[in-house]
Amino acid sequence: MKRQLILEDGTVFIGEALGSDNLTSGEVVFNTGMTGYQEILSDPSYCGQIVTLTYPLIGNYGINREDFETINPFVSGLVVKEACSHPSNFRSEDTLDAYLRGRDIPAISGIDTRMLTKKIRQFGTMKGAFASIDQSPDDVLARLRNEDFPTDQVQRVSTIKPYVVPGRGERIVLVDYGMKHGILREFTKRNCHVTVVPYSTTAEEILKLKPDGVMLSNGPGDPKDVPEAVEMVQGLIGKLPLFGICLGHQLFALACGADTVKMKFGHRGSNHPVKDIATGRVYMTSQNHGYAVEEASVKATDLQISQYALNDGSVEGLYHPKYAAFSVQYHPESAPGPEDSNGLFDEFLSIVKREKRRERVVCQSVQI
Amino acid sequence: MPKRTDINKILVIGSGPIIIGQAAEFDYSGTQACQSLREEGYEVILANSNPATIMTDETIADEVYMEPLTVEFLAKIIRKEKPDALLPTLGGQTGLNMAVQLEEAGILRDFNVELLGTSLEAIQKAEDREKFRSLMYELNEPVPESTIVSTVDDALHFAEEIGYPVIVRPAYTMGGAGGGMCYSRQDLETIAHSGLQLSPVNQCLIEKNIAGFKEIEYEVMRDHNDHAIVVCNMENVDAVGIHTGDSIVVAPSQTLSDREYQMLRNVSLKIIRALEIEGGCNVQLALDPNSFDYYIIEVNPRVSRSSALASKATGYPIAKIAAKIAVGLTLDEIKNPVTETSYALFEPALDYVVSKIPRWPFDKFIKGHRILGTQMKATGEVMAIGRNFEESMLKAVRSLEIGTEELYLKEITNLPQEEMIERLIKADDERLFIIGEALRRGMTTEEIVHHTKIDPFFVEKFEGIIQLEKQLEDSPWDKDLLKIAKEKGFSDTALARLWNVNEDEVYTYRTNESIVPVYKMVDTCAAEFESTTPYFYSSYETENESVRSDREKILVLGSGPIRIGQGVEFDYATVHSVLALKEAGYEAIIMNNNPETVSTDFSISDKLYFEPLTLEDVMHVVELEKPMGVIVQFGGQTAINLADGLARRGVNILGTSLEAIDRSEDRDKFEYTLSKLGIPQPKGICATTAEEAMQASETLGFPLVVRPSYVLGGRAMEIVYDQSELERYIEEAVKVHKDHPVLIDTYMTGIEIEVDAISDGETVVIPGVMEHIERAGVHSGDSIAVYPTQRISEEIKQKCVEYTTRIARELGIVGLINIQLVLHNDEVYVLEVNPRASRTVPFLSKITGVTMAKLATELIVGARLKELGYSDGVLPEPNEVFVKVPVFSFEKLRSVDTYLGPEMKSTGEVLGRDVTLEKALYKGLTASGIEVPRNGAVLMTVADKDKEELLELATRFHQLGFELYATEGTGSTLEEEGLPVTKVAKIGSEEQTVLDVVQKGQVHMVINTLTTGKQPRKDGFRIRREAVEHGLPCMTSLDTASAILRVIESMTFTAQSMPKTSQQKVNVLC
Repeated sequence: MKRQLILEDGTVFIGEALGSDNLTSGEVVFNTGMTGYQEILSDPSYCGQIVTLTYPLIGNYGINREDFETINPFVSGLVVKEACSHPSNFRSEDTLDAYLRGRDIPAISGIDTRMLTKKIRQFGTMKGAFASIDQSPDDVLARLRNEDFPTDQVQRVSTIKPYVVPGRGERIVLVDYGMKHGILREFTKRNCHVTVVPYSTTAEEILKLKPDGVMLSNGPGDPKDVPEAVEMVQGLIGKLPLFGICLGHQLFALACGADTVKMKFGHRGSNHPVKDIATGRVYMTSQNHGYAVEEASVKATDLQISQYALNDGSVEGLYHPKYAAFSVQYHPESAPGPEDSNGLFDEFLSIVKREKRRERVVCQSVQI
Repeated sequence: MPKRTDINKILVIGSGPIIIGQAAEFDYSGTQACQSLREEGYEVILANSNPATIMTDETIADEVYMEPLTVEFLAKIIRKEKPDALLPTLGGQTGLNMAVQLEEAGILRDFNVELLGTSLEAIQKAEDREKFRSLMYELNEPVPESTIVSTVDDALHFAEEIGYPVIVRPAYTMGGAGGGMCYSRQDLETIAHSGLQLSPVNQCLIEKNIAGFKEIEYEVMRDHNDHAIVVCNMENVDAVGIHTGDSIVVAPSQTLSDREYQMLRNVSLKIIRALEIEGGCNVQLALDPNSFDYYIIEVNPRVSRSSALASKATGYPIAKIAAKIAVGLTLDEIKNPVTETSYALFEPALDYVVSKIPRWPFDKFIKGHRILGTQMKATGEVMAIGRNFEESMLKAVRSLEIGTEELYLKEITNLPQEEMIERLIKADDERLFIIGEALRRGMTTEEIVHHTKIDPFFVEKFEGIIQLEKQLEDSPWDKDLLKIAKEKGFSDTALARLWNVNEDEVYTYRTNESIVPVYKMVDTCAAEFESTTPYFYSSYETENESVRSDREKILVLGSGPIRIGQGVEFDYATVHSVLALKEAGYEAIIMNNNPETVSTDFSISDKLYFEPLTLEDVMHVVELEKPMGVIVQFGGQTAINLADGLARRGVNILGTSLEAIDRSEDRDKFEYTLSKLGIPQPKGICATTAEEAMQASETLGFPLVVRPSYVLGGRAMEIVYDQSELERYIEEAVKVHKDHPVLIDTYMTGIEIEVDAISDGETVVIPGVMEHIERAGVHSGDSIAVYPTQRISEEIKQKCVEYTTRIARELGIVGLINIQLVLHNDEVYVLEVNPRASRTVPFLSKITGVTMAKLATELIVGARLKELGYSDGVLPEPNEVFVKVPVFSFEKLRSVDTYLGPEMKSTGEVLGRDVTLEKALYKGLTASGIEVPRNGAVLMTVADKDKEELLELATRFHQLGFELYATEGTGSTLEEEGLPVTKVAKIGSEEQTVLDVVQKGQVHMVINTLTTGKQPRKDGFRIRREAVEHGLPCMTSLDTASAILRVIESMTFTAQSMPKTSQQKVNVLC
């Protein structure tokens, strides 16, 4: 069955219907990773977006039980060149199409995805809508042009209630703005006691949990859409060690007075080189963001830029010189993507431990 | 870190001649490396013995030494040039081995030459089986259970412990030479024996069989600051057990989830870091299809065939970057040459599928052992790019030029079911087509997976192709189906077969329906960044990215995969043609499909189309680009064969006209032309039936040269000496080529002469006349060519020049022409005319300084020789002597007869140059890998017709102090002349046999000529093979033997008693 994908600039792609027939619209973005479609589909940061995968053969290794980044995917749609109907991998349990149908995600295959990617590269991310073949593109376009991008994605994807993943190590509060499970996995792997809390949790509520450190997760959309989170971060800086990833990084920047901007088409893929200023080392990173911290705005704050993207010079890492707080724009938990920067979790935990010791010393001296 | 300023002069060692396991990929990587170093301002000294390469062009390095790649000669170069550093990792295994040997000989230390890129220690850790294993244990990385042995007994003992099958991997050999899979004790005995022989350190690894695992490769790079990246990963369609060089490979991996991908990526980076390699490295891994278990199979601490493939597959120039890393630059300082906006420190993202299929020589070696295993057998490879797997794979299939453009081979449609299954289990070069056939017969994908161990993903794709084929068969001319078929890579000829029409009808219908491809760019980044790379592939998609410019443009067709008869020399000519066109102000567009070569480096031409070289694919490019014409004379027979079809579709063939091509290739027209010109040629008859052939033999008399019409590299050509041989040949040949007649010519023995000429239709310039050491009858590509000629008179030479000039003018040649002649009883006869670039073009170009392909291209676009300052006739000859010595890969090809005849067998060539013929020959032979013995023993066993001639050679060997061994017949002849001979018995006798003395190393050289009759032929074959297995020089032509003898004589002195006055017979000092 044929299906259309219509972009706000009027481009119409006609391809084959894939996945759900519940035809949605969203912001059309592209990801250049050659593997990891299952992780990408289940990454809550794609909430409200239609993801184009630039690698043409998708679904080759099927869908397995283990590689989800969240239980419920939030992606609005998927665009592929070809969806594999006979996947092959020992863990495969489902085809891509069956998964998409099961999760009510509409998709399209058989279109010139490279052409679509080039359009996004040239004109920036665009709104797009799926439509059945008999729908008039003009009608769809008119509707699409009047549609606004949503602003409540974080609320949609964040956990409603806090929950605990117990462990015997450091006590970490993980604020879920649309957390990839990979981040949680990195902490539990390191025996941490993790409390995952909703995005709207206040600083006081977090302090009450008496954590050793706070992790600000990734999440979808514009960081300025979650002012309550910025406020919360402001309430914690200097009180607890902080680590931000992706949206968490942007919230940290905003909390410290820096600004964020929307990028033309963002960074989405598994091959983004990031340079660490202090060491000169470059890491291959996994990225998924459409907003970035504005470099110039950082200068007016206490923050220091620790890392930048080798290709476009955008800000990729920040740290607070006075307090134990730092953040990165990319995904050190990878999944999908290279694991080169996985050591950041160890770094964070060693800061957490150091701060814990210092606090103990401070407490003791106060008692004396 | 910025580049190093403490070094200035860098020696680069090339990979020498093309052999199986080491082909044109090192011309590409070496050329890139040299250019890359010079770009940074270093002085580059290059050592490489292969004249057929771009790398050895004078413009590539500051000084080029075409000397043998041995410690002896490299030490001379080092003494003379005093380089500061040596870059050994870009010249394949040869370059690496030479670096190790130079270090061990103390030469690098003595002359203070620093090794760049990779330390000797790292090389040894990766290459030495024992050290590699212990490193893997240290890193806690799994390797298959194995042991290192240096005796066959130890190998057998270990195999009994872990059970069969086991794999033998000899240390420090390339292309898995000498290794193999052993299913039994008997197999292991043979293979371990030859493996130990071939390993320079007499070491073999006996390894547990993990056949059936997925084979995955990672091309990784690392710099001085410990940045390490993956340029490309690749998945072998064939499971572990078949050498990766002999496997069908796709990039990127298709069946790996991100977890598996990252797991193996981490391992690969860990290894390159542990080895502290500064440059490129290839890691081969085996992954269990049913778990996350994996093993490290092998690590190559250098650029390799796979890295050339990865470079072309991604657009990321590994060798170029590796060279920059070697001089201290880091990946984050080097710009990505593709985007020119991003940096080299990133991992390419592909938005297409790349397929590589090896090109095997079994079309020539029909009787060769075709089963694929751990020892590589392919001479070359093709690559294709598509937006889906089927398109990519089918484009690769039609790039192979093996007479099919689909998963269909007519010859196997009648294959008995059992044999078919057997060939699914034990892969040979045709397995891809066997799979197609099995699916066509209704075998299930599960069964095929079970037999082949190929991942179901791929088998399902093949099944899809066959299903589509059936649908197409059922609904001819269905437009929608046709569109799908084209998207899936079906060729017009495949559709023509399915619809029972001809290719042109499909083409016309299809173009009328506007079902034509567009071109997509290879940009390393999946369109994320803007790129201007002029590197394109076709696909049936929506948006075309290849924008036609307004410039006047010319399309040059490349030569496709490296195969016997069509080697890297044609790529050399193609590249020079392209460069000349650019210089002349044209937009030079190239089409080719060989990932190993310089011509498919996107920085060479103005535009590169990485496409199959079929009529359909060329037409698509022609229709888009609308060039003023197409140049077909540099791409070997591949390009020439397309001329006819292109002209039929109205394309302008530039240079020599199609008519002239036809007049030199069509037998009758050629004969007519020569007789019109009054130029003698061997008498010949064209026979279509056995009766006609027999009649012809009566008219012409034996010996005869027989061959099918339209030949490439002397394929299926033979010399027959009697009626029974002719009958056998006709039966076999007619069976193979039933549509083609058999050509029967008088075999004229004599000195073979070869002439290359450049013509504008009026003036004919002859850069050189060469003579062959071996008499006519040995294929020119397998003969030692000598320039300038040594044995022919000025008068004869002038005759050759005159004939060449007359032929070139008569045919109206514009560009290059190659003519082969024979001097028979003081008369010159023309044997063959090739209206195109020949194998000897680079050889002569480099010696004479006339870049023939460049000059020819200038003529093609309108220049006149006279205007350029040239006049008719032969160019002045130098005082030095140059020889071109062929190099064979017989040790890699079991069951292939090493006998030299009219069918070409060599894979590459080397140049030898010095002041005398003997010295030049010594260098040439040494460079070709022959160790010229100064003393020892020679085994002689020759045909009756050669016995008299052998006498003289035997006498000379005797005088040099060589011991003579001979079989009964040959021995008696020698004894009669009073020569002391140790006679050895025939194969199968109780006493010491001819094979025993070879096996036990009692003899150091073998002279064996082809004897008629079934049994003697068989015995001769075994003797020749035995010599090859034991690394002995085996001469099958007395001319070669005589040449070697001259060399030995020039190196040594004879020991002779003083003449006695009473003695009748006086020895003459030679």
